[in-house]
Amino acid sequence: MKWDEFFVTGEPMIYAADVSIILVSLAIVIGLTYFKKWGYLWREWLTTVDHKRIGIMYIISALIMLFRGGVDALLMRTQLAVPDNKILDAQHYNEIFTTHGLIMILFMAMPFVIGMMNVVIPLQIGARDVAFPRLNAVSFWMFFFGAMLLNLSFVIGGSPDAGWSAYFPLASLEFSPTVGNNYYSLALQISGIGTLMTGVNFIVTILKMRAPGMKLMRMPMFTWSVLITNVIILFAFPVLTVALALMMFDRIFGSQFFTMANGGMDMLWANLFWVWGHPEVYIVILPAFGIFSDVISTFSKKNLYGYKSMVVSMVAISVLSFLVWAHHFYTMGQGAMVNGFFSITTMAIAVPTGVKIFNWLFTLQKGKISFTSPMLYAMGFIPIFTIGGVTGVMLAMASADYQYHNTMFLVAHFHYVLIPGTVFGVLAGMHYWFPKMFGFRLNERLAKWAFWLIIIGFNVAFMPLFFLGLNGMTRRMYTYSASTGFGPLNMIATIGAFVLAIGFVVLCYNFFHSFRHSPRNEGGDPWDARTLEWSTPSPVPVYNFAKLPNVKSQDAFWHAKKHNVPLYEEGPYEEIHMPSNSGQPFILGVIMFILGFSLVFSWFIPAIIAGVGVIIMLAVRSFERDHGYHISAKEIAATEQKLRGDTV
Amino acid sequence: MKKKRWLFSLIFISIVMLLSGCDSSLLVLNPKGPVAKTQSNTIIFSILMMALVLIVVYILYIYMLTKYRASKTSDDYEPPHMEGSKWLELIWTLIPIIIVAILSVVTVRTTNAVEKVPEGYESQKPLVIYAASSDWKWHFSYPEEGIETVNYVNIPTNRPVEFRLYSYGPITSFWIPQLGGQKYAMSDMITKLHFVADHEGSFMGKNSNFSGKGFAEMEFEALAQSPADFTKWVDDVKQTAPKLSEQEFKTLLDTPHIGRKSYSSTHLGFAPPPEGDMAGHHHGGSGSDSDKTSGEKPMDQMQDDMGNMDMSDHSSMEHGH
Ligand code: HEM
Ligand SMILES: [Cu+2]
Ligand SMILES: [Cu+2]
Repeated sequence: MKWDEFFVTGEPMIYAADVSIILVSLAIVIGLTYFKKWGYLWREWLTTVDHKRIGIMYIISALIMLFRGGVDALLMRTQLAVPDNKILDAQHYNEIFTTHGLIMILFMAMPFVIGMMNVVIPLQIGARDVAFPRLNAVSFWMFFFGAMLLNLSFVIGGSPDAGWSAYFPLASLEFSPTVGNNYYSLALQISGIGTLMTGVNFIVTILKMRAPGMKLMRMPMFTWSVLITNVIILFAFPVLTVALALMMFDRIFGSQFFTMANGGMDMLWANLFWVWGHPEVYIVILPAFGIFSDVISTFSKKNLYGYKSMVVSMVAISVLSFLVWAHHFYTMGQGAMVNGFFSITTMAIAVPTGVKIFNWLFTLQKGKISFTSPMLYAMGFIPIFTIGGVTGVMLAMASADYQYHNTMFLVAHFHYVLIPGTVFGVLAGMHYWFPKMFGFRLNERLAKWAFWLIIIGFNVAFMPLFFLGLNGMTRRMYTYSASTGFGPLNMIATIGAFVLAIGFVVLCYNFFHSFRHSPRNEGGDPWDARTLEWSTPSPVPVYNFAKLPNVKSQDAFWHAKKHNVPLYEEGPYEEIHMPSNSGQPFILGVIMFILGFSLVFSWFIPAIIAGVGVIIMLAVRSFERDHGYHISAKEIAATEQKLRGDTV
Repeated sequence: MKKKRWLFSLIFISIVMLLSGCDSSLLVLNPKGPVAKTQSNTIIFSILMMALVLIVVYILYIYMLTKYRASKTSDDYEPPHMEGSKWLELIWTLIPIIIVAILSVVTVRTTNAVEKVPEGYESQKPLVIYAASSDWKWHFSYPEEGIETVNYVNIPTNRPVEFRLYSYGPITSFWIPQLGGQKYAMSDMITKLHFVADHEGSFMGKNSNFSGKGFAEMEFEALAQSPADFTKWVDDVKQTAPKLSEQEFKTLLDTPHIGRKSYSSTHLGFAPPPEGDMAGHHHGGSGSDSDKTSGEKPMDQMQDDMGNMDMSDHSSMEHGH
């Protein structure tokens, strides 16, 4: 292997990226050393098993990835702004849309959602932790190092370039000879296994660790959505694991599962990919539905309308999500019968989704609606997502999809679903739970500015794509000629994308502004909210609840506030058992990273060494005797006194 | 909240305006044959149905947001506890079910319709054209006429055309928006598209499935001519164009971009398409010995020609077409 095969060379943009990566890394190292924060970082964050901190690390990583994916998006939009533009060449554009899609779905949307559930779920069900705290840390570091591995491809060896769906035979060694798609299979594999473990962890947490009296039908809607989401993860992710393993064998060990020759089946990849891929979009959207439900009921000061049908509709969506995957390749020539079946199952999802929309609208009825920043995102979601939903029904009709498939119409549709759904959802959640995480609120005025820029920018950026699609513009085209007439609408879309980007910049500036100026000591319940997490002080002590709450109804905290009934029993504190921190999950992540990186370049000796390392780590863990530690009753009393004494 | 209402009415008005102008401007809604016409009608019908849904949601939404804002209620107003309503919830479950049922019927009927020779043209013998993609161009073979073109295809008007699609590389998708929707071209099997052009004219055709570096340039012209002009063109090609030799075909496959080409013979003889026993996908049971019995198939030669393709091995994956 030559140097210039290893390092991506000859691209000014990549040199700039090299320089900035080196500078940022240096700045971090120097900063940490200068302020003597290495120990703090290691003790408090890298080795933590506290679900709240793990959640915050997920969210920070997701925000960074949002920016990486966002810069990709702006580059693409700039390239498409005018006909015959020369900013990006074909190869570069192909790499960028591939990593944009991958990063946004797998390393932004998913971890953001998982971060939200890490922060909130134990608090919302009245638990002191997740079921397997150490496993939770392993999940995070697997995701993190998977994401790093994919990002490394940009400067070392070249990014994947066969689209985020990586269809074969295009993604095979024959047509994609660079290591780009090796990165694809390994980075996704590592983080995917992490996600699968999260799935198991949260199912057990929600089923086994609810506070006394919290029956299933008393759970807040976000908890319900997370439970259902994790069941989907449990069924969908093994398919991805298998598909990626076969891909890795094809690309690295020369097997022929998906190749053109020797009976390889290209469409088998498409089937496996979408059997996972379609449920995946529900994995990122159902928790957002849960967040919107909690936010809407909090800020209209009402209980959620049609609680039962909300739960039933989510279960229905989760079942249907596994029965629709073939709508991604109606055009494979599978015949009218099969296409008809998948059309109907796909359109059927509109029914439970519609039920949810109407229940949200009726939650507002007779309410007392205040337009705080989380509520704005929830209210922005409804009309925009409905456009995404109805265009989804249009796409579901097979005969019509023959005309939309692989066009900008599709690109418009899925952004109309993913951005108001998932992105607005996690942003609503982030603004909403921010005081739980950090003890202060984000500045409302800046938040509103960001919101309106995002809403306006979004529609200007994506509405034109519907018309471009109907006018014959395909997706993944790095350039087009002036004679196509695609120019003007693309220019409008690009302007919209930049407005959207400014919105995100304002949103992030808000962190710094609020960190310095937001009032502290607003108490544990700044929004006058309804669910258990708001009954704890902010920020939340490590043990979450000094005493476990006694749940007597839905919206237990609201009930307690309104009827003046105690949520916690009287009496002295008892000591609490906590899991101890551990460096092992982080180290395991590093070893996984080395394993993945070695395999990308087919360096088998380091790969074997790293593989042995993984086994050793697992063995060490199974022989370890660590029973955690106890927080004494006295210490709890002191903490509670300090936290509640001057705040409540 | 004024801003929001203003924004949404703007979006809505622009949709309506753009749609009313569609007939003349957007390719997909400007069909030049019965298949695309069916699809265009389906699309417009679904837009109208969905506009209905949107209007209901938007009216409810605006009503709720304007009526129940905190700023409009008194400080001591306590919102009531509302569990939900069986009847209302039933209504907004049943009405969508009815809508979906209607759309399902339309979908199944139109999907069947576009998979067949269009109505009214069943009695004519379709013109068969093999359309094969390779990086990054299209090869069109007319087996009956004995001619082949690259990167352009001429068809007669008012006669059914049966495109048989396959690929010498990554999956591509054959699409002529004004004649009808697309279908995949894959290396191991043939897919079919039935088009009829009922207008003369030149239509844009392209590959719409990402297939690598040269994908964006993978466009071709589809020219619909009167039957007389078409026959004349065929005769012309037969008389003036060179024959397509195996060597020449190999060169074509290996060259990323070339302009238009015409030949007075096809590649189907020496590089048969993945059809019948040649197909990688066996529909029902494996039949590796059928290769041995069908002696005339120049299997070895084909492997030579296509370099990387080996179709002797049969997979068992079912497509059910
Ligand atoms: C923030 C503003 C965003 C902009 C301006 C944007 C823009 C784009 C553009 C221009 C493309 C490529 C179109 C093409 O050439 O085919 C694209 C593709 C895509 N985007 Fe976005 N996007 C944004 C956010 C997102 C988000 C939040 C997600 C997911 C949560 C997402 C998921 C995707 C996916 C999956 C693809 C397809 C990638 C592929 O074709 O392989 N995007 N986006
Ligand atoms: Cu899908
Ligand atoms: Cu096939």
